[in-house]
Amino acid sequence: MEQLPKWADLIVVPLVGLILAFSLSMLMVFATGHDPMDALSLMVKGALGSTYGWGYTLYYATNFIFTGLAVAVAFHASLFNIGGEGQAALGGLGVALVCLFIPWPHWTIALVAATAAAGLFGALWALIPAYLQAKRGSHIVITTIMFNFIAASLLNYVLVNKLRPKGSMDPATAKFPEPAHLPSLGDMLNAVGIPFAKGTPANVTLVVALLACVFVYYLIWRTRLGYQLRAFGESQPAAVYAGINPVKITIITMMISGALAGLMAINNVMGEAERLILGSVEGAGFIGIAVALMGRSHPLGILFAALLFGALYQGGAELGLWTSIPRELVIVIQALVILFTGALDNMVRSIVAKVLVRPKRAEA
Amino acid sequence: MTTAPAIELKGISKAFGPVQANKDISIRVMPGTIHGIIGENGAGKSTLMSILYGFYKADKGEIYISGKKVSIPDSQAAIAAGIGMVFQHFKLVENFTVLENVILGAEDGALLAPSLRKARKDLAALAAEYELNVDPDALIQDIGVGMQQRVEILKALYRQADILILDEPTGVLTPAEADQLFRILHRLKDEGKTIILITHKLREIMEATDTVSVMRRGEMTATVKTSETSPQALAELMVGRKVLLRVDKTPAQPGEKVLEVENLKVVDSKGVVRIKGVSFDVRAGEILGIAGVAGNGQSELLEVLGGMRNGTGTIRVNGQDLDLTGKFSDARSRRKRGIAHVPEDRQREGLIMDFKAWENTAFGYDDDEAYQTGLLMNNAAIREDAEGKIERFDVRPANADLEAKSFSGGNQQKLVLAREIERDPDLLLVGQPTRGVDIGAIEFIHQQIVALRDKGKAILLVSVELEEILSLSDRIAVIFDGQLMGERLPAETHEKELGLMMAGMTGEDT
Amino acid sequence: MDYLTILQILDSALRLATPLLFACLAGLFSERAGIFDIGLEGKMLIAAFFSAATAYSTGSVWLGMLAGVAASLVLSGIHGLASITFRGNQLISGVAINFLASGLTVLIGLSWFKLGGQTPSLQGDARFQGIDLPFAETLSGVPLLGPLYSEVLSGHTFLVYVALLCVPLTWYVLFRTRFGLRLRAVGENPAAVDTAGISVVGLRYAAVAICGVLCGLAGAYLATGLGASFVKEMTAGRGFIALAALIFAKWRPWYALYATFLFGLLEAVSNRYPSLDLGFVTLPSQFMQALPYILTVVILAGFVGKAIPPRAGGEPYVKER
Repeated sequence: MEQLPKWADLIVVPLVGLILAFSLSMLMVFATGHDPMDALSLMVKGALGSTYGWGYTLYYATNFIFTGLAVAVAFHASLFNIGGEGQAALGGLGVALVCLFIPWPHWTIALVAATAAAGLFGALWALIPAYLQAKRGSHIVITTIMFNFIAASLLNYVLVNKLRPKGSMDPATAKFPEPAHLPSLGDMLNAVGIPFAKGTPANVTLVVALLACVFVYYLIWRTRLGYQLRAFGESQPAAVYAGINPVKITIITMMISGALAGLMAINNVMGEAERLILGSVEGAGFIGIAVALMGRSHPLGILFAALLFGALYQGGAELGLWTSIPRELVIVIQALVILFTGALDNMVRSIVAKVLVRPKRAEA
Repeated sequence: MTTAPAIELKGISKAFGPVQANKDISIRVMPGTIHGIIGENGAGKSTLMSILYGFYKADKGEIYISGKKVSIPDSQAAIAAGIGMVFQHFKLVENFTVLENVILGAEDGALLAPSLRKARKDLAALAAEYELNVDPDALIQDIGVGMQQRVEILKALYRQADILILDEPTGVLTPAEADQLFRILHRLKDEGKTIILITHKLREIMEATDTVSVMRRGEMTATVKTSETSPQALAELMVGRKVLLRVDKTPAQPGEKVLEVENLKVVDSKGVVRIKGVSFDVRAGEILGIAGVAGNGQSELLEVLGGMRNGTGTIRVNGQDLDLTGKFSDARSRRKRGIAHVPEDRQREGLIMDFKAWENTAFGYDDDEAYQTGLLMNNAAIREDAEGKIERFDVRPANADLEAKSFSGGNQQKLVLAREIERDPDLLLVGQPTRGVDIGAIEFIHQQIVALRDKGKAILLVSVELEEILSLSDRIAVIFDGQLMGERLPAETHEKELGLMMAGMTGEDT
Repeated sequence: MDYLTILQILDSALRLATPLLFACLAGLFSERAGIFDIGLEGKMLIAAFFSAATAYSTGSVWLGMLAGVAASLVLSGIHGLASITFRGNQLISGVAINFLASGLTVLIGLSWFKLGGQTPSLQGDARFQGIDLPFAETLSGVPLLGPLYSEVLSGHTFLVYVALLCVPLTWYVLFRTRFGLRLRAVGENPAAVDTAGISVVGLRYAAVAICGVLCGLAGAYLATGLGASFVKEMTAGRGFIALAALIFAKWRPWYALYATFLFGLLEAVSNRYPSLDLGFVTLPSQFMQALPYILTVVILAGFVGKAIPPRAGGEPYVKER
């Protein structure tokens, strides 16, 4: 494989992948009888053209930052955590229990408690696959997939049989009490005099997500744990040689990853729905994979990728609302992004290499 | 002479990026001979043979088989041209039987049954003809390496190869097994087969070949009749200058016992007993060399001492017991007890190839107080430390920001040595210190090991290179099948005696 | 529970096991050749859509089946391109394929039929009809075995029998033919295959293509045999259950039949008894739904016989000496 300069590898290759994914998607829009340029401009306008749009874009992005970071942390240790979906669902359960059964005096304290609960539940849901991988050699991809389904069944059971309020037909909990409601981004910004649309779901969790980015950056590149985790990811025999305990590092990494995925619940469950409903994760766990790949497992990259996907989701929703193009177009785009920036990365890289290397030869 | 050469290569060149692996190589291999190709690690021998077997495409040059120009774009073409290859790392399917491995790719027809029947018959015939007996129904994973190698040879013969290439075939064999291999090769030669033997061992060249070609840094420096040359002359051709076969060192002045091993046993994850109760000790200021054929337990010995695997028995360092199975049996605890470890496989274990040089100099010592600031690592301190090490150990290029993978083998090894030696350990474990290292760096590495000994440290050296063991060690212990066969002083022994011990004969038998 | 109920449950289990069996054998071919495939789900889904759509438009279930297989093959081709030619991450490729199918089926379905992502329901020749096995009627009077034959085995659609036939066929191909030997070898040690002068790439593409065909049949059966139209996300995790069954079966054809039948049975039982009262404990339906996954985790953990996957699985092949 051709050697590429680092900047090309980190920025140009994912960008080209993204462009390929978009071009193909727009081709599909065209093939189904719509005008791609109209669709694109509607999406951009819907997602970024108003503070209302931003309110949704940032809300989705917050979800994806958490799940993207979750996948990325595991990636650094060469672990593929495909179980973000289940971990986020369990995180939701943690948030619901904390918000429903403990009377909180103020949202700030509730937020801290919910954060702890969401992280803990997510981490615990990742613990079993991690333990099985570390101790019994069970492939973590398969076990985390299985745990997604088990989580769905578990939540279904808990919501239908245990947490559902009497008389309600919805598989959902009761509404959380008032003091556990988080301030929305609109409220916060309006309070300091910045006009922002009210009634959008983006909320204070965005700040938590940004803090999580900073946390992950320091964790991976500046702490001993991060050093060991990366070393373990590069070579397991070397980790053993250095005295890094593979079992411990696998379990700790997966628990951090699971906790990050779980944290998503403070955004969607506590911040937006203000109750736990069935299927609340809505695939965000899987989008985390696309976000981590696109963002090259770096918090800054993940931040941008999450914003992009957030905008995509909001734009897609607008499309579904105003045109006959379904919002599932977004899933296609997402699939193609995963394909081009993940699975077909080497193909994109060789295309970029051909374009970048050829002019150099001409100079020589 | 009118016979065409079995193989003739004309002007073969091959580059991997900036590295010229083969430069304008021409060679003629006559039919019915054993032709040796000798050269150091990285001299380009394996690349040349891979081109001949269709693994790589040469950038330039021509290949003639029995006087006819051929092109070998893939292994299939090589097989069709009558070439068979026995790779250093066998290409066998572990959970298939011998028979299934033999027919793979050379089946007759779409159904297996007739192929298996035919192969069973042919194998019996080959076994009778060349003394190549193997149980056709045994699974590869259940038979020893010597047998596996026979299967590789049988694979080639079953495909009616006239030319057989063997790449470092004796690396995993005992001297006795190697001798048997050479008997088989002579038998094949007598039947008219042509054999190319690639090796870096002079002894094998002298004993087994008719003609020898020497490679150095991608070039073919000479082709001579084996009977008309000497090991000394070949060594000079290989290295390009006079070589010191002995390391300059003063006699050892052993002090207190630093390492005491008593009745050490190791069972691996598959339940195979790798070390069957060995006892020995190493004193301060001496080098104990462990000689043996690869796979006889020496790797496991280093791993137990280095905290990479569990064992039973007693190991004492400076008079205090080491934990062999519990919480403090890991590598980090070993380092805290004054044990440093230069592992056998630096690329898989000793270094993180994608980490920068400076990050690697903290590897295994990342808990060092000097490397921390509060909750974070003090990267500036690590880098400064690394730059000092790079300078003192003459690592080239002297750039701490390069990733480990962009250094040559010798410079990678210097990085590891710098990290381990500068910790001032009481005991240094060294595995294969010069494997894949160029001659210039070998001397430097040997000097550093001897210098540490002269500072009064204990050193346990494991190497499969007998020459290295003989020239570095103050005492030599030989390991075979997980047991120590006896100890010798280098001045009072020779390669032949050690070789017999490496094949499982105790000192008394010799 | 009377005999008839048991027979009805077994009958339904066989029906529900069929798509699982196809997909499981599909995964078996792919993974035996060293290509992990978590995209079984997506291939089934897209095949289900195109088979239903084509069957509806042409009125022919056979053309529908072919279209389903073709669609599944296209996704297989992408998986091959990513994991064989460009040596990408096979798991990530599988994830992408699942999403691609999930998005495309709705996108195209809406644009073609405007029914919220469904296809119109299929009737007559656009669906597979049940086939009565010979003597089903006459033998039904035989005590015990008679009804088993006529109620459980007889009366299924064409593809159910194809799936059952695929089991011995797969066994034969894998263990009795040259192709099977090479296929198994390439999943264990591709270097051995390469040095023997056989194309690793060719073999792996062949395996991936077979996987595509079988997934196509699984999807076609879902939409035109088991069901009577395409419904959004109609595979509902069956691709993953098939994957679980594959591990459960330890990558062996006959065991694949047993595993998928077991999982089909679980589904049939939970369909019939939303909560299963065992006397001492009542199992909620959610538990029954999760059971295949839980069982697979237990198997993976090696507490009940260790499942050892093909040794070269998931690793792209790079030539080296």
